[in-house]
Amino acid sequence: MYTLPQLADFSPAALDNAALELKSAVESESRQVSNDSEWKVLRDRWMARKSGILTQLNDFWLKAAPGPSKRDVGQRVNELKRIVEQEIEAALSRITSSASASRIDHERVDVTLPGTRRKLGAEHPLIRTMNEIVGVFKAMGYSIAEGPEVETDYYNFESLNFPPNHPARDTQDTLFIAGQQSKPLRERLVLRTHTSPVQIRAMEKQPPPLRVIVPGKVHRAETADATHSPIFHQVEGLAVDTNITFCDLKGTLDHAMKALFGASVKTRFYPSFFPFTEPSADVQISCFKCGGRGRIEGARCSLCKASGWIELLGCGMVDPNVFGFVNYDSKKYSGFAFGMGVERITMLKYGIDDIQHFFEGDIRFLQQFA
Amino acid sequence: MNISPNWLREFVDLEVDNFRLAQDLTHVGIAVESIVGEGDATIFEMDITTNRVDAMNHYGIARECSAVYDINLIPIKPKLPAFIREASFPIEILDADLCARYTARAVCDVRIRKSPPHIAQRLLIEEHHGVNNIADATNYVLMELGHPTHAFDLDLLEGGKIVVRRARKGETLKTLDGIMRELDPEDLIIADAVKPVALAGIMGGFDTMITAKTRNVLIESAWFDPAAVRRTSRRLGMHTDASHRFERGADWGGTSLACDRVAELVLEIAGGKLGAHHDAIARDLRREAVHLDRAELKRILGQEIPETDIVRILRRLGFEPTAQRATAVALSASTPIAVVETPDSYSVEVPTWRLDVEREIDVIEEIARVYGFNNFANTLPAFAGGVVELPHARAESSLRARLLALGYDEAVSTTFISAADAQRFAGEPAVALENPLSEEAPVLRTTLVPGMLQMLAWNFNRDAKDLRLFEMGHIFSAIRNRVGERGSLCFAGTGAATENSMEAKSRALDFFDIKGDAEDLLSIFAAESVRFDAPGADYYHPGRSAKIVLGKKVVGQLGQLHPEIAATRKFKQDVWLAEFDIEHLFALPLRESRYEKLSRFPQVERDFSLLLDSTVKYEMLQRLLEALHIPELRQVQARELFRGGTVPEGKYSMLLHLTFQSIERTLRDEEVAAWSQKVIAAIEALGGSLRT
Ligand SMILES: [Zn+2]
Repeated sequence: MYTLPQLADFSPAALDNAALELKSAVESESRQVSNDSEWKVLRDRWMARKSGILTQLNDFWLKAAPGPSKRDVGQRVNELKRIVEQEIEAALSRITSSASASRIDHERVDVTLPGTRRKLGAEHPLIRTMNEIVGVFKAMGYSIAEGPEVETDYYNFESLNFPPNHPARDTQDTLFIAGQQSKPLRERLVLRTHTSPVQIRAMEKQPPPLRVIVPGKVHRAETADATHSPIFHQVEGLAVDTNITFCDLKGTLDHAMKALFGASVKTRFYPSFFPFTEPSADVQISCFKCGGRGRIEGARCSLCKASGWIELLGCGMVDPNVFGFVNYDSKKYSGFAFGMGVERITMLKYGIDDIQHFFEGDIRFLQQFA
Repeated sequence: MNISPNWLREFVDLEVDNFRLAQDLTHVGIAVESIVGEGDATIFEMDITTNRVDAMNHYGIARECSAVYDINLIPIKPKLPAFIREASFPIEILDADLCARYTARAVCDVRIRKSPPHIAQRLLIEEHHGVNNIADATNYVLMELGHPTHAFDLDLLEGGKIVVRRARKGETLKTLDGIMRELDPEDLIIADAVKPVALAGIMGGFDTMITAKTRNVLIESAWFDPAAVRRTSRRLGMHTDASHRFERGADWGGTSLACDRVAELVLEIAGGKLGAHHDAIARDLRREAVHLDRAELKRILGQEIPETDIVRILRRLGFEPTAQRATAVALSASTPIAVVETPDSYSVEVPTWRLDVEREIDVIEEIARVYGFNNFANTLPAFAGGVVELPHARAESSLRARLLALGYDEAVSTTFISAADAQRFAGEPAVALENPLSEEAPVLRTTLVPGMLQMLAWNFNRDAKDLRLFEMGHIFSAIRNRVGERGSLCFAGTGAATENSMEAKSRALDFFDIKGDAEDLLSIFAAESVRFDAPGADYYHPGRSAKIVLGKKVVGQLGQLHPEIAATRKFKQDVWLAEFDIEHLFALPLRESRYEKLSRFPQVERDFSLLLDSTVKYEMLQRLLEALHIPELRQVQARELFRGGTVPEGKYSMLLHLTFQSIERTLRDEEVAAWSQKVIAAIEALGGSLRT
């Protein structure tokens, strides 16, 4: 342990040496202090008024210094006092602060334990898919439109060119609102079976040109099972202008499918039948799982059932009769409409095998989409 | 419907294999859903759209093949002997509006027996196991030509004539299936001189059917009005192969051919002699030729189709296009116009089996589909104009984003609820369905709460206890004869308020958690004043619920689900709910963020430990403090609420934490002291006191 030497040689070189020794002594002692009681011992050893080292410094060095050196020694002693005080102060703040070595050691955690994660809500996969589809068409200039889920026969059927008593109505498995018999047929209420009535509502509201995209919920009298649900969602689109052609319909959907499923996706169109479009088509996209090959590493692709194609959309050129209902001049304007099932697309995208999961509210399902 | 490609090959000389054939047909809209069996036994399971009744038979599909491959369709020409006896059998069509044509032929001295194997096998394509050779002949022709026919036992028809008329009130008919049918004056029937003998286009009568004793038969091949057949078949709940075709429109021009074809088969497999042919035409359904303009074709399709293709496709499908060339008219003497080589329009005769084609656009579709949709280019339409969002788009996406951030999972629940729930959870009458999917859930949801509780129960039953769910959707109420439809939001929380961490156990969710979340949502909107008025509706805990009031409008409510309801649903934990009428919210402007200068001066905090009477609501305290008008009072926080213990009965203690700060200067002790005195005075005015 350091003891303050009595000085005989007061030459600057000797003083330098002695000062350096003292400095390194106080530094090393203060560094070893790790708690309050040790610090008090340190403080008393150096700074006690009676026999502390600083007091000794006065006695042994300053008072003992010969006349000519007094001034030099005095300056050095003052400097050393300042250093010692500073060191001891620093030692105190070291042990009392949270940064003290012992506290830091104490506060060690196992960083491999799992983090505490605040629960984030999960967007419903159907809403997410619907927003994605709507987003693609918004970027292509489509405005958003909506309509009621309870519709009149007129909007759900008649104005879409489903005449009363027409077999095409059978395909819609309609849920009817009770107590409507006293009304004229076109005013009777049904749960809309498709989002197509919003086409009519949109055209009634504004003259062409028109581009709308319609997300919405629809209902049909379907018995619930793994692939059927009485509740489902559609996104419907409509574009009307002068010179809108079947080629435009094809190009629009081809572009949209590439935006949704990847640039390498191809589309193909098959003749189909919808009362409100003519010509009408079903659209298939090449399977985005197997790249349209039907097989993945030799095994059958389950997504497209090895066909390489997935049926995804219905579409067509707006039937002139429909324009008649909304007073659009079908000789001047033409248009196309398309619609797709949100559940089906979502199931394909995520490989969901039971449509009922969408409507159960099971958090084990929902949280997968957080 | 099933199709045998082997049978098709009798009518068209196909070079392709069955697999390729199925693909090619599907490409023109004659969808082959699946291929079953192999070789000659191969069967195509078809999915023919409702408009294409003409393709719901072998010959019709063979016609499609002839268009696809541009090959000849071999005509069906029944070979019939000259008829032997003239059995006069008048046909009277009394209701021409419902029956446009009725063709009949008698075959006499037939022998009723089982059909020979080549007929029986063909019937098996549709899994018909055969009735007798006569009935089988009609079914065979249905599969071949698509025209429904019927055979009567001629000797059981009384009065020697056929009458096609509407049924009379009170008439009945026992149909082939043995069921006695009450007839309606709107039903079209076939009758003899005395009684109904068949439901026109749907099913024959039991008493005149072919039996083992039958010697002479009358073959009926007619055209009935689609709507009339549909009306009766729906009313009686009878969907038959015949009604399926007639409802969609049979071939007016094909009655005679079908009749002859049945007769030919009957003679072949049942023997007998050919009787007379009767063909009563009440109305001529041949339609005018359709005008097809090539410019219109290009306007709709976006692409020219070569003239040779147009003509080829139409002819193969049985249409007859006649070119109408523009006459070379000189606009002025000095600018003669070159004679156009290709015609710019056609007059197109439409075959009688294509009732679905009556307009130019219908003809354009025929050309386009056979030409091949995938032979058209992909182009994008030009567009000028802006995208218009829904008026509430921002509000809705803010609500959704905030709910997700607060930890609520979005759910979509059922639209259909029980009548009991509708009554329990809503004040308004529910909208009932005419044809509900289940008796348990026959009405449309009047509120999102039953669906929410159902989802919570689902999760509880799967051992999930800490739940936060929300749903945004429409709710419905009956308003006299109308249906009210509104957007609604419901969110629910139950279980832990925070996550269990390594060091601290979580606490249970309480009223103030759900209220805080509701306040967070409300803060999206620029609402002047929000009040929480206890209690909520009666399905909430009366002491732990409130209505949410904006101005004078109740926009929602929140609180704990009534413990009694929780108990009946076997919930073992408290459930907290909130509901909003989002249309009220959407009517509000969104709150705009506003910048306020930051103070450079220190803030002063003061704590007041209060003893208050239980009747004193925090809201009263808040109002009094506001009434002090101290702009430097920046924040008021209520903390450490206590009841019981050292706090006397009927009182509660609360720590009020106030923060003072000025934007202009450092506050002086004496001014803070003065404000504190005012605060204390206000508290005393409420009957409260400082705790010592
Ligand atoms: Zn695939």
